[in-house]
Amino acid sequence: MLSKHFSEHNFVSGHTACAGCGQALAARLVVDAAGKNTIATNATGCLEVFSTKAPQSSWNIPWIHSLFENSAAVGSGVESALRYLGKIDKVRVISQGGDGGTSDIGLQALSGMLERGHDVLYVCYDNEAYMNTGIQRSSLTPFSANTTTSPPGKVSTGNPKLKKPLVEICSAHHIPYSASASVGYPQDLQRKVKKALSIRGPKFLQIHCPCPLGWRYEPGLTLEIARLAVGSGLYPLIEYEYGKLTKVFKIPKPKPVEEYLKLQGRFRHIVNSQEEVAKIQKIADKNIDYYQLK
Amino acid sequence: MFSILVAKAGSSKDNKTGSWRSVKRPKFLQKDCIGCGLCKLICPEACIEGEEKNTYRPDYDYCKGCGLCAYICPKKDIEMILETEEK
Ligand SMILES: Cc1ncc(C[n+]2csc(CCOP(=O)(O)OP(=O)(O)O)c2C)c(N)n1
Ligand code: SF4
Ligand code: SF4
Ligand SMILES: [Mg+2]
Repeated sequence: MLSKHFSEHNFVSGHTACAGCGQALAARLVVDAAGKNTIATNATGCLEVFSTKAPQSSWNIPWIHSLFENSAAVGSGVESALRYLGKIDKVRVISQGGDGGTSDIGLQALSGMLERGHDVLYVCYDNEAYMNTGIQRSSLTPFSANTTTSPPGKVSTGNPKLKKPLVEICSAHHIPYSASASVGYPQDLQRKVKKALSIRGPKFLQIHCPCPLGWRYEPGLTLEIARLAVGSGLYPLIEYEYGKLTKVFKIPKPKPVEEYLKLQGRFRHIVNSQEEVAKIQKIADKNIDYYQLK
Repeated sequence: MFSILVAKAGSSKDNKTGSWRSVKRPKFLQKDCIGCGLCKLICPEACIEGEEKNTYRPDYDYCKGCGLCAYICPKKDIEMILETEEK
């Protein structure tokens, strides 16, 4: 039975995400902004697992679980079927996946969807590691983060690689819209979902979703951490249209990255090293300069 | 044949996750609330309802006690209190 008070949500209570989960919040913001006439596909990952504890579902819209690697391909198929049925003007299609499912194993399916020009919004929920299988690094894990496959020690200071520039990679397909958002700025996030869905053709949105369990922090800090990522310049909120940078979320007074790092256990091994913190400050400064965030 | 693969929309509401709360729960004071709706917008459990000022409240059947509503409230009208304190 559905309580009528909550029937306006397209993603409902009773899911099994951890308390304070950024991805649970992001997913609800996305499908609430998208509206009822939406069909969603979902790659394997935390979101799929915590929203569909058999035989239950938290989705109040048609939703289908794909494999780990092919959410974009299944979304392409759904869109093609709607087109064939003459219903594509009435129904929006959203394909969803985690950072691992999108930037690593699902990148080929995503690129194909963008290149073929399907009228689908792809949403990547970026919690910066493979969380559902126990915090392994992905190509969207940030520099120096401690994960089970990038453990700090004598010869390592955590993840040795920079985040893959996925918003740019998608934008390079000359699609109408490729952008990033954050749960720390929910109204901005929902504006971007609505904007994307008002455009016909392939769209991409990458959403920063802090993860209390994987990043090692208390659940009540999810929004503060999300805002510090944006406010320090480490997670620039940017919008590309047809390959051109058209809008950035301004941060007139950037916060030192240390404020962001020190709240999270995944960076505990570097916060007391000026040298290591300086390396991360450099990444933020580069973003601030490159995207003209100030 | 496929019924086992198809779940009913919104059926996770059968799963009362409020039992997960261990230490704290939010107390909506309903004193200085301006009805901005931010708490309802950001609750990861989609378990806050309310329309006008001083009417917002959580559904303790689902609230996991994360504390994000207390963080975002611009009027500090939501307090995290110990589970053991009176309702
Ligand atoms: C082909 C394949 N390889 C591996 C897995 C195991 N697996 C399931 S979820 C997952 C991690 C998902 O990570 P991500 O996409 O970042 O989503 P998150 O759980 O972090 O939200 C993995 C490796 C799988 N289901 N299928
Ligand atoms: S404590 Fe968390 S789960 Fe409970 S009502 Fe507030 S935001 Fe929702
Ligand atoms: S965030 Fe605070 S002021 Fe705004 S509606 Fe909720 S309780 Fe009221
Ligand atoms: Mg992930």
